[in-house]
This record gives sequence, structure tokens and C-alpha cells, in this order.
Amino acid sequence: MNFVLDGIIEAFRLLATGDHEVARITLLSLKISGTATLISTVIGVTSGTAVALTRFPGRRIVMALINTGMGLPPVVVGLFVTILIWRSGPLGSFGLLYTPAAMVIAQTCIALPIITGITVAAIQRLPDKLAIQILALGATRRQMVWLLMKEARLPLLTAIMAGFGGVISEIGASMMVGGNIKGYTRVLTTATVMETGKGNFALAIALSIILLILAFAVNYLLTIIQQRGSK
Amino acid sequence: MNPPLIEIRDLTVLRGGRSALNIPYLALREGSILSVIGPNGAGKSTLLLAIMRLIKPSSGEIRFRGQALPAAGLHRYRRRIGLVLQDPLLFTSTVRANVAAGLAIRGESREKTDRAVQRAMELLGISHLAERRASTLSGGEAQRVSIARAIAPRPELLLMDEPFSSLDAPSRNALIEDLERIARVEGISLIFATHDREEAIRLSDEILVLNNGRIAQRGTPHEVTRYPADEFVAGFMGTDTILTGTVTASSGGIMTVSVNGNAVEAVGEAPPGAAATLCVHPDSITLTPAPSATSARNVFSGRISKVVPLGLVRKIYLDCGFTLVASVTNRSCEELGITEGMEIAAAFKATAVHVIKITRQAD
Repeated sequence: MNFVLDGIIEAFRLLATGDHEVARITLLSLKISGTATLISTVIGVTSGTAVALTRFPGRRIVMALINTGMGLPPVVVGLFVTILIWRSGPLGSFGLLYTPAAMVIAQTCIALPIITGITVAAIQRLPDKLAIQILALGATRRQMVWLLMKEARLPLLTAIMAGFGGVISEIGASMMVGGNIKGYTRVLTTATVMETGKGNFALAIALSIILLILAFAVNYLLTIIQQRGSK
Repeated sequence: MNPPLIEIRDLTVLRGGRSALNIPYLALREGSILSVIGPNGAGKSTLLLAIMRLIKPSSGEIRFRGQALPAAGLHRYRRRIGLVLQDPLLFTSTVRANVAAGLAIRGESREKTDRAVQRAMELLGISHLAERRASTLSGGEAQRVSIARAIAPRPELLLMDEPFSSLDAPSRNALIEDLERIARVEGISLIFATHDREEAIRLSDEILVLNNGRIAQRGTPHEVTRYPADEFVAGFMGTDTILTGTVTASSGGIMTVSVNGNAVEAVGEAPPGAAATLCVHPDSITLTPAPSATSARNVFSGRISKVVPLGLVRKIYLDCGFTLVASVTNRSCEELGITEGMEIAAAFKATAVHVIKITRQAD
């Protein structure tokens, strides 16, 4: 079991010495998952709010699709995105396969339903008459939607945290559409799998610890903001 | 002559195919307080939301200061009106930010907002709560903040939808007292929906009684209480004694109505044989241990069938061939030694009998 201890020591050594390759993998992980979360937040919060506040035919089906999407297996997402961007696929001409952009697309597909679904629930959980009260204060419809989103800001932060947590830790889709190319599409999860496969447990543990620290740091930051808002 | 502040003509609101509101005409003059009273489902909230144009009427017209409401840009119209709902629905921020919300939405300057917020908080006695989070307030404090938020932008009309119904009695009384003062001092025009007749009588210049979406009666608190238009209004405004009988004689402005074989005299004229519906307000009935010399034309002996305590007064149900319900103070009850089953006399004047309806019998 020495390799576990070795791994932990190695992790802190890598962190302390600022290992170039680890730093690059970590930054790329943050960049790809951060971009995917940002895109999903913009689209998910907007569309989730719209679904929560409007009534239209087929709304229940849309809600069921969103809820199903919240549990979408990353490998399935990876498979469909791969098919889409495969050289002979519908978006093959863009040459996206095995690029960071492809990983952002795949991770957006994973985070989007999570953020949308939690947003719908968050807006629906607001008091029924709050929208009426806001309009009665003289708000335009746009101001009303903004104020409702502001009122639901704590669960919306939870949505963002869940979305980020979902993509920073996924492996299947990133591996399939990114290809784990060193210095280009290698992220913490794909690198951890690769090092484990090579029997290089110390480095794999080190990368896992960095992944955990990263996930913790981002969520801790969002939790501080969330708790400050709840007081 | 200035047009009414708000004027409604032939307003109907349909819900699920049935009429939820049907108001042929209603006008409110500036500076007056109108209570809209009625049971649950009477259309009180619907009327307020329709005035605010938060629901679209099926037909009819609403005019504000003589102007028809705009088809677009309704937020500009709504900014002239304030609305307070039963639930305070405060934002998760400080009291100050909540009171400032309406002004922030209007994009008012910081200086103007600060002044208006301070004034509204002072009027409602909540200045000391300014920096408190809304989530930490009691129900009474939260409703004060909600009212301050509504009046801070100085609306020309304030609508209130049962704002006190979820409050405990002391909070409700204190808030009603303050609202009464603020409305009078500030000259606020107010439409106030409630199902509590005491609140309505206390606060209003006029009362509008709604039943099933229709106006049952409109009048001053005295008119609605003493001269109800129908049995529903009588019952809702606290008159439990509603008698039906047949006119047996009528002369000199006094008619005699036979109610279960008892002659009840009332002011009015009707041909003998006509069916009459009468009511007597509980405050107009005097109880005495035995029939005594009195100027009242109606004196009946009977047995007390029920005593219902209602705080400072008790309702006494008296069976004298028909049921009479009198309202007697606790002190008078003790002096008279009132208990259930006791024999007692009740007296009321012919002028205290309000004739609700006379129906000529078919020959």
C-alpha cells in the first residue's frame, strides 16, 4: 500500500514544484470545463426560466426530456458528439474531432440539462404570486424575469455547481471526442485513466488529488457566495 | 368636474367559461377608501387584479382619471398604482432594499429613492428595521414592509388584497390603526379587499359587497350594515335576524307583518297579503327581564336558546316563535344574568326593522 502514500506525496510535490505538464493539464481541465459550464449557464438558466414561466403545448414532454438529460451517461454524449463531428459526419467539415472545442461541445451537452433542470425547479419553487407582485411594482416583463432569477440565485448557484461538478469529473465523453492528446486535449480525468492503465499509480493518485482539490475549490467558492446570499 | 380616479364599466372576467366577475359600473373618487367585502370566491382579488391589469378582462372598460388604459406599456399604468397582497412576498434582501424596490424598478435617482424610502419607513414605523434581512421579520413587520414598499413611490391609488388576514390580532389591530392614519394624513385613495366586516367598517368611506362576482350592494358602512340590500348582505354584515312573513295591515307608514303568527311592525307600506322579508340588526334589539313599558312597537317574550361569546359582546339567540338574535355586552349579560334556557323579553322599534323585500302575492 506504499504506492498510495507515494501518490499523495507525489501529488503535493507536483503541486509544490509547479510541474509544467500537470499545470498544463489542470489549466486545460479548468478551461474546458469552465467554458462548458459558462455556455451551459447562459443557455440553461435562460431556457430553464422560460420553461418555468411559460405554458406551451408539449411542455411536459420538454420537462421530461430535460429531466432525462440530467442523467445522461457521458459515454452516450461522447458517442453522439463523435458521430456528429466525425470527418464524414454532419459537422465533419469543421474538423473538430480531437480538439478542445469538441470537448467543450460534449461537456456542454452534459452540463446543459443539469443546469436547465435545476433552474426550472428553482424558478417554479418561488412563491406563485411573486411574479404578480413584481409586475405590480411597475416592472416590465424583462425586469420581472430578472428579479425572479435574482430571487432564485441560491438554487441557481447550486445548478452551476452541479453542472461544473458533472463535467470536471466526467471521462467518457472527453476521451471519445478529445482523444487524450498530450499537450492538446489531455485533461485531469483522461490523464488519470491513462496513468492508471500504465500502472503509474503514484501519478494517477496525484492527478486525482488535484482533481479533487480543484472541484472542492470551485465549489467552496460558489458555496461561500451562496451562503452569503442566504443570510 | 374632475373625472373619478378609477371608473369601471361593464367589466367581466371569465374563468373556465364561467363569470368570475361582472361589474356593470364602479367609480372611485380621489382620496376615498372603498372596502370590497365578500366571502372566498366572491371576486374580490379578481377585481383588484383586473384594475391593476394583471389579468385581462374578458370585456368592459377601465378608465384611470378619465383615460382608457393603454393597450401596450401597461407597466407605466401600473406604476401609478400600488398593490399589497395577503402574503408580503418580500425579496430576500434588507428591509431598505425591499422598500426601495418599486423605485429601483422605475429607475429613480439614488437621492429621490433614499428620501422616499425613509419617508415610507417612518410612516410605517419600521425605520429601526432598515438593515434587517426580510427573512428575519415577524409576520406583522413583513406586512408593514410590504405596505411601505407599495407606498414609497407615492402611488395615486393603493390596492390591498386581504393584507391583514394572516396576522395575529394585536399585529392586525396595530397595523389597521396605522393604515387608517396614513390613508387620512396622506390622502391615499384605497381599495381594500377583505372578508372581515369589522376591518371594512373601520377603514372605509364606502363598502362594496361582492357575491359570486356581482355587486350585491354598495354604500356607506352604516347603509350596508343597517339597510342591507338582500339576505346575503344582511347575513354577511352581521344581521342574523332575517324574518319572512305576510303583510296583514298597513297604514300611516307602518305595516304589520305576521311572522309565524307573531305580529312584527315595520316602517313601510305594502298591500296586505304581500310577502315581506325583514331584518333586524342585533344592536337594535334590547333585552329586558320582562316585558316593560317601552316606546318600542315590537316586544316579544321568549327563551334563550343559545349564547355565543364574541369577545366584548355575546350573541343571544332568542326563540320567540321565530329566532331573534341580539348583541349584548358582557357586562349587560352579567347584569341580566343571561343563561341558556332563561325566559326573557326582547324589544325593538319599528324603525329598526329594515324591509329587505316585498313581493306581491299572485291572486
